Amino acid sequence: MTPDEAREMIRAALVTVAPDVVLDEVDPDADLREELDLDSIDFQAYTAELARRSGLAVTEDDQRRLTTLAAGVDFLTRARTHC
Amino acid sequence: MGWEPIRKRRTGPVEPNLVDYERVYAGFSWDEARSQLTGLPGGGLNIAYEAVDRHAAGASRDRGALRCRGRGGHTTELTYDELRRATNRFANVLRELGAGKGDRVATLLGRVPELYVTAIGALKNTSVYAPLFSAFGPEPVRERLRLGDVRVLVTTPQLYRKRVAQLRDSLPALEHVLVIGDDPPAGTRSFAEAMARAGDEFTIPPTSPDDMALLHFTSGTTGKPKGAVHVHGAVLAHHVTAAYALDLHAGDVYWCTADPGWVTGTSYGIIAPLTHGVTVIVDASDFDSHGWYEVLQDERVTVWYTAPTALRMLMRSGAELAKRYDLSALRFVASVGEPLNPEVVVWGQEALGLPVHDNWWQTETGAIMISNYAAEDVRPGSMGRPIPGVEAGIVTGDGDGVTEVGDPEAVGELALRPGWPSMFRGYLHDDKRYAESFVDGWYLTGDLARRDPDGYYWFVGRADDVIKSAGHLVGPFEVESALMEHPAVAEAGVIGKPDPVVGEVVKAFVTLREGHDPTEELRAELVAFGRRRLGAVAPKEIAFDQHLPHTRSGKVMRRLLKSRELGLPEGDTSTLEVGR
Repeated sequence: MTPDEAREMIRAALVTVAPDVVLDEVDPDADLREELDLDSIDFQAYTAELARRSGLAVTEDDQRRLTTLAAGVDFLTRARTHC
Repeated sequence: MGWEPIRKRRTGPVEPNLVDYERVYAGFSWDEARSQLTGLPGGGLNIAYEAVDRHAAGASRDRGALRCRGRGGHTTELTYDELRRATNRFANVLRELGAGKGDRVATLLGRVPELYVTAIGALKNTSVYAPLFSAFGPEPVRERLRLGDVRVLVTTPQLYRKRVAQLRDSLPALEHVLVIGDDPPAGTRSFAEAMARAGDEFTIPPTSPDDMALLHFTSGTTGKPKGAVHVHGAVLAHHVTAAYALDLHAGDVYWCTADPGWVTGTSYGIIAPLTHGVTVIVDASDFDSHGWYEVLQDERVTVWYTAPTALRMLMRSGAELAKRYDLSALRFVASVGEPLNPEVVVWGQEALGLPVHDNWWQTETGAIMISNYAAEDVRPGSMGRPIPGVEAGIVTGDGDGVTEVGDPEAVGELALRPGWPSMFRGYLHDDKRYAESFVDGWYLTGDLARRDPDGYYWFVGRADDVIKSAGHLVGPFEVESALMEHPAVAEAGVIGKPDPVVGEVVKAFVTLREGHDPTEELRAELVAFGRRRLGAVAPKEIAFDQHLPHTRSGKVMRRLLKSRELGLPEGDTSTLEVGR
């Protein structure tokens, strides 16, 4: 997956939780939960949606790392090249 | 039943504060317990003095009062004496601003040291402290600032821009906004600068136990939020309940994970632990299983007060994760906010080596009323037995009167005999609603429960339509009103949909106005609209329904919406008007 595709997948997953998200306004290294006012329920729903769309298993440890946009892109692009 | 009681062996590192429940309960008197407090030097009672100054004046002066773990990994520690001086400064800041006795001082903040300084400083100045949940959207913030006649608000520049700036014109009473951090936006001033200019000596003015101290907002089924008024005398209940229900001892390291925007964050996140002179851990981060175990391990937390939602999230991560951490310092775990299912109590035994002690109370009661105790057996799924000094009962009846239920195990409304020190003293600007909370010498809690033959209470459900999500009460009316401001929405009915982790999630059923189609785009737009207005209490799910059920008087029948959602029989629909 290219970084652009990864961003698009993240956007699509985020929109299911917070439909008003404009990803271009989000600092890639900021905590998404703060930037987008996601509570823990929203954040779990987002990572579950990302797992569903990507077909990747998102473990508890992964979830910790998915708190920023940059980390999400990294997770998706890297995972595919390894398998 | 199916769940065996968890028996206690008396082998802990410290002797529990309450060892013989029946004996202590029978002999307890609030008047005698008053000797556990110090009182102001000139007479009177002020929460801030009991929480901070009396320790700063004695042997605990250099003990850590607050240890705040910031998001970036840095920790700020304040000793009791440093906290005394910082809160003196803030009291002087308020005086400088012209805010005095009874004036409302609110925070819209996460878990930062300034929140604690504001709360205690306001109490010192005999102003009234009112916390707001920082994840509220602008609408709930506006409602509460207005209802509370808030004069001074402490927040961050980010939260101010997102949630408050656009409301400022509609809030004439809000005179001063102090912000934490650099670059105060227009209309605000810097908290740090104001503090730097203020002196660190302050004499607490005469304070009566009946003086208003705290204003906590809570939600009802109908109408707007309610502002529950609490007084300085409540500190006696905070102190006593923390000894009995949380088993706090001087020297404990205590962590309360409640958000500081709700009543638990004040009663047990600030006041009660400080009155015991313990070290309070404050962690600014969002929930994260690894992070939470790290806090317990690294801070050597001894007493932990948390919530079912968090425990269920930890449970999902598995007991194995808990075992990777050294939790050997932990001695006592308690939970509040919503009913604690037996599986979690038992999971605590397995993962933490300790059962979780459920307890029950609400905004209006100000302090824990019913609890499981360190030295008593735990019946998994039960909220426990009344705190010494608290008389509880199960009642039935109607508007004309209530009577106590004789049968053990019969379900009725949980009720309390007025007289405990932290009982709310009013709903601000709503005397009628306050008066209606008391019937035949009982305070009616709105919760349904039963009591087993041994006196243990078991939560059954809410008597009204109020939603309990992640430990927070959400008023359906407030959510419905916000949705109905959208031009496509004709009417809305909002319920709590059961959820295995957070208890209930907010779900809205929406009837559209003519000319609007129930498309996926509109659904997304309404979810976004709700989030912008309401923040964290916005509906997570929206369903279109052009035939909401109504009562004959025209109200949406939320109860029926909920029965349908759950696939339950719809019950008595004799007052129902289907369609319109």
